[in-house]
Amino acid sequence: MKKKNLLFSSATTVLAITISLVIALVIILCVSEQPGQAVTALLLGPLRSTRLIGSIFTTAIPICFTGLAVCLMFQASMFNMCAEGSFFLGALAAAAFATKVPLPGILGLAGPMLVGAAAGALLCLVPAWLKAKLNASEMVASLMLNYIALYLGLYVLNTYLRDQSFGALASEKLPDSSKLDKIIPGTSIHSGIFLAIFFIVLCFLLLYKTSLGHKIRTYGQNPRFTKYAGIKVGSVIILSQVLGGAIAGIGGSVEVMGMYERFQWTSLPGYGWDGVILAILARNKPQYVPLAAIFLSYLRVGASTMASNTDVPKELITVIQAIMIMLITATALLKGMKQKMVIKEALSSGTDS
Amino acid sequence: MGQILEIIFTADFLHSIIRLSTPILFATMAALISERAGVINIGIEGTMLFASLMGVVGSAFTGNVWLGVLCAVVSGIAFSGLLSFFHLKLETDIVLTGIALNLMSSGLTIFILYILTGDKGVSTQLASKAVPNINIPLIQDIPVLGSILSGHSVLTYLAFFLVIALAIFLKKTKLGTYIRAVGENSDSVETAGISVNMVRLKALLISGAISGLGGAFMSMAYVNMFTKDMVAGRGFIALAAEAMGRGVPGLSMLSALFFGMADALSNNLQLFNMPSELTRLMPYAFTIVALGIYAAREQRKSKA
Repeated sequence: MKKKNLLFSSATTVLAITISLVIALVIILCVSEQPGQAVTALLLGPLRSTRLIGSIFTTAIPICFTGLAVCLMFQASMFNMCAEGSFFLGALAAAAFATKVPLPGILGLAGPMLVGAAAGALLCLVPAWLKAKLNASEMVASLMLNYIALYLGLYVLNTYLRDQSFGALASEKLPDSSKLDKIIPGTSIHSGIFLAIFFIVLCFLLLYKTSLGHKIRTYGQNPRFTKYAGIKVGSVIILSQVLGGAIAGIGGSVEVMGMYERFQWTSLPGYGWDGVILAILARNKPQYVPLAAIFLSYLRVGASTMASNTDVPKELITVIQAIMIMLITATALLKGMKQKMVIKEALSSGTDS
Repeated sequence: MGQILEIIFTADFLHSIIRLSTPILFATMAALISERAGVINIGIEGTMLFASLMGVVGSAFTGNVWLGVLCAVVSGIAFSGLLSFFHLKLETDIVLTGIALNLMSSGLTIFILYILTGDKGVSTQLASKAVPNINIPLIQDIPVLGSILSGHSVLTYLAFFLVIALAIFLKKTKLGTYIRAVGENSDSVETAGISVNMVRLKALLISGAISGLGGAFMSMAYVNMFTKDMVAGRGFIALAAEAMGRGVPGLSMLSALFFGMADALSNNLQLFNMPSELTRLMPYAFTIVALGIYAAREQRKSKA
């Protein structure tokens, strides 16, 4: 049965992706004057050059982190949307630490990342604490916190970190010791990719091989039962959200240290929401996150090539993603087929015996 | 501090509370009607955003402001129809679907705006219309009170009227009773031979229509154009306002007014050289604090 369930969830996913891509084609046909070019760019554009293939991977790195963060938080059945804010604050905190306290060697990398992790964890702690202690809706609190993280971050950036000699609102340049190396010439792929892989493995082990992971999953599947099983619910909620926040925060630090000269986001970059999309695509399982991340960033890079070569704006992809994740969560999509198969199986096993 | 108090007790400030509460009030009522039917509508944020663009587009293309408002309402209904289809028919998780719709709305509005105008941020190229303000006879002549209560947008009065209308609708009409019954005990309603899904569908569509009005207010009264992501979390704040009002229209209106006040306060504090980033985060911080206090009180009550 377990195998069958996997089969059906994969079948639903494939069907969902196909339907949404068909919708994308229809929209392109409706709005574009060069539909052929647009479709080719969207679907095959990312393969045109090494640089573009590289950017599939560099786009996948930050969303891998937020995807893992959201998986961890959702596994505990908490609709905590703070990954967005945690990623932003994590990047800001890392840039702040790197520019104000330049450290040599490996410390130049580890220091900012730890500070970024702490900032991310701290933000996610708020809704977790409100939920665990006061039973307040973590969702509304976390949605508010994203705005708070943004404006607080901009305040800190503007007041304490701003490089006055730079034209736009941005921090000072990160010192070289706080930059992640580019590892493949001709692409923008940086060593953060190893960290992403490391955290994928770590999250998988945490969720499936440790007692904390077991508790998180038990609580997520049946919050009421957990209380009777003698598990301290409050600490499970708080730990899962804080860990998620820390991973999102590290993601933010890796992104700013791998891809940018300075911290210069003046709005939320949206990677936290991508994390939600990834968690849904990967059905909250860390081991599927990389696959989902590559898929999503392939579409993104495709959309960018399409937007720069044709008249179709890249926002098309946000529409497609939304339809995709709605269809993937549509349990009823293949329900009829599943029922038929169960009945058929029951009948055939009946005749066998 | 004295200066702040001076500002708070002016007619202008109270006038601005009513104006700034309007979109939150619409969103709160939209949250209320679906919540009473037992479905939490997270998609209000995105529904309002989509409707605010459609209002602008509709009024620009027809040249008629009311057709623009109608356009916003219809697109609100369409958006929540999409939510209903996925949640009720395809059995998706309502929260995830709501999130998906919000993400979609954020991109879709930019997509449509770009296709129509070639701009990705604002709709200034579209000659959209504004919903007129009205002065209420008699009331406008009362000193102080007149300047607070009169001279608002038609939609503002509609929002407050809607609170009364919803209260009566929920109590006195058949559909209203069904909605409350479905929200309180869906199983027994099903046994009574009423389709829970049909009732929820109607509640969600009404919720979409009200969100549409809220969207129309944003782009045709609050300001006179569409800007990217202009709803700015009001649809989420409404969820808190509805919860704190316990789903009762009158109480929910009071919490919407409270958040409107936070908004007005944050606008005014900029006059005191407070950094704009900090004043802009205040309404959201207010919401979290209010939510926490409310939850703490509820918890104490349930323990007692």
